[in-house]
Amino acid sequence: MILTYMEIREDKIKKASLEALSEAKRRADDLNEDSVAVFLGKKIDNLAQEAFQYGASKVYLIENPLLEKYSSSLYTLALSEFIGEIKPKAVFFSATAMGKDLAPRVAAKLDVGVATDCTETRTENSGLEVERPIFAGKALAAFQFKSEPQIASLRPNVFPLLEPLSEEGEVVKKEVELSEDQAKEQVVEIKREEGDELDVTEAEVVISGGRGMKGPENFGLLKDIIALFSNAALGSSRSAVDAGWVDHQHQVGQTGKTVSPNLYIAVGISGAIQHLAGMSSSKFIVAINKDPEAAIFKVADFGVVGDLFKVIPPLKKELEKFKE
Amino acid sequence: MNILVFVKRVPDSESKIEIDHDNNQIDMEGLNFLMNPYDEYAVEEALQIKESKGGTVHVISVGSEESVTILKKALAMGADEALLVKDDKHETYDGLRAAKIIAEVVKNKYSDYSLVLFGKQSIDTDNSQVPSMVAGLLDLPQVNVVTELDIGDGSGTAGREIEGAVEKVEFSLPAVISAQKGLNEPRYETLKGIMAAKRKQVPVISLQELGIEESDLESKLELVNLSPPPTKEAGKKIEEEPEEAAKQLVKFLHEEAKII
Ligand SMILES: Cc1cc2nc3c(=O)[nH]c(=O)nc-3n(C[C@H](O)[C@H](O)[C@H](O)COP(=O)(O)OP(=O)(O)OC[C@H]3O[C@@H](n4cnc5c(N)ncnc54)[C@H](O)[C@@H]3O)c2cc1C
Ligand SMILES: Nc1ncnc2c1ncn2[C@@H]1O[C@H](COP(=O)(O)O)[C@@H](O)[C@H]1O
Repeated sequence: MILTYMEIREDKIKKASLEALSEAKRRADDLNEDSVAVFLGKKIDNLAQEAFQYGASKVYLIENPLLEKYSSSLYTLALSEFIGEIKPKAVFFSATAMGKDLAPRVAAKLDVGVATDCTETRTENSGLEVERPIFAGKALAAFQFKSEPQIASLRPNVFPLLEPLSEEGEVVKKEVELSEDQAKEQVVEIKREEGDELDVTEAEVVISGGRGMKGPENFGLLKDIIALFSNAALGSSRSAVDAGWVDHQHQVGQTGKTVSPNLYIAVGISGAIQHLAGMSSSKFIVAINKDPEAAIFKVADFGVVGDLFKVIPPLKKELEKFKE
Repeated sequence: MNILVFVKRVPDSESKIEIDHDNNQIDMEGLNFLMNPYDEYAVEEALQIKESKGGTVHVISVGSEESVTILKKALAMGADEALLVKDDKHETYDGLRAAKIIAEVVKNKYSDYSLVLFGKQSIDTDNSQVPSMVAGLLDLPQVNVVTELDIGDGSGTAGREIEGAVEKVEFSLPAVISAQKGLNEPRYETLKGIMAAKRKQVPVISLQELGIEESDLESKLELVNLSPPPTKEAGKKIEEEPEEAAKQLVKFLHEEAKII
């Protein structure tokens, strides 16, 4: 049995969890195992249906009023107890902010290993083998597990979603005894970014500006392009953040966020190794830079050598023309 | 308020990484090592809390003898005490090993502490595991990837980065916190600090002295292969007039990337 932890944000299943569940189904099929899903929350029975569409044959609901808001310690308690009971061969999390916070604590409770932020899973010797970038993506490390359950968190936007199935399955409700004082920490507020912008880690298209943008006033140029795509978000290099041009939330790279969108456009970004660490797993990379020797061109599928202030306006026009 | 800060010695992020295939490990020969950059934010935060509330800042590292240099750096920044937990085992990639050692150190060596600070991630293994694991093993509250921290009497509030938002988390003390860039600006060591740190002895403790057996630390993950990242085929690079460049780029987005 492979169990996938399903993350809920704002009463919806995170897309990254559906990706993890899709991957779990593929590996479960290889191993002749079942793929099952678990949700934690207050009242969540409306979410089971979607998990069946992505390959779960059984959905477990752990409902408790104390699980309404995320708490690392409380979720760990509920989850590790449940895992101890159903004894899955493997557990998948998505490597989101929540998954990265939760998976290692659960692993420590169960005294097993965990592989974080994996970009590939496969089967080997009737167990899992996972691969993950280390040293900021300068090497890939493949791991096998010497304990069960084998726990892995999967990088968002890397694993393809299954074509939604029309299957139904069994919903099992699980009781868990929890008391308020077991919640050692508690989320009290979630402050959305202004304007409710899409986060870089969740966007299908990321358009990033670097020091070449020259100043905060020019980021409007990029926002105009972003508006022409659906599901696009603004990213940036660290230099642009350090200069105070954009908020840290937008920073891509080793000290920022790791993204793997379908399309990454680097504008006025040199391509320092710490920046590449955060975006080199993007599916298509486009670079616009006036320096033909810029390192970013080494990873770009399509590079435009030129002054961004001259290239962006006609690009906007061409995109608009295309849309018509 | 006593604060424990855990710091790790890692290769500089500029390092060229070569794989030693014979030994299935990264070749560390000739690399430049420094304090894991996120741990600097943790040290800085500890110093700022100490400056406003008083107390002692302890910095601790698990690693080889060479980790003394990063402990000295933390002392030069202003930390009061350092401790090296000697563990010569080559990087195992299994965060549980370091977490178990750290949890033992905390239990055995420090009875009175309010905060256990970490960096959010080691830049060599890119694990992001140790802080949550230590919190789990010690049954402490945890907040990771913290960019805002406010410590009160017996409790605190932290802001942590999540997708598209900052999550505010309340917790009781003692607690485990891992630092993200943005939390503060780490200070530089002063000359006076460096001189003082030079004179300070860094005590060394072995796993044995902590009562840890190698069998307690058995790795649960087996590294089966290391490989370089897949090399990308060189993409197209064009130097055209802006209008023409824009046309070709849109064509690429449509025909090859199939984004539009
Ligand atoms: C520990 C550590 C962690 C780091 N973490 C990160 C991180 O998370 N993310 C990150 O991005 N960086 C990070 N860095 C910094 C990184 O090393 C680089 O300094 C940074 O990425 C450079 O940003 P940039 O490309 O915007 O600026 P620059 O390197 O200055 O490049 C600007 C580019 O813009 C081009 N340009 C200028 N004008 C124009 C124009 N008119 N038209 C077109 N092109 C133009 C130039 O040719 C140049 O290539 C980190 C560094 C360290 C040491
Ligand atoms: N060997 C170690 N010694 C001291 N602290 C460590 C060690 N390994 C990890 N840490 C701490 O745990 C944080 C996260 O590490 P990791 O889980 O390895 O990404 C680091 O930023 C350090 O603060």
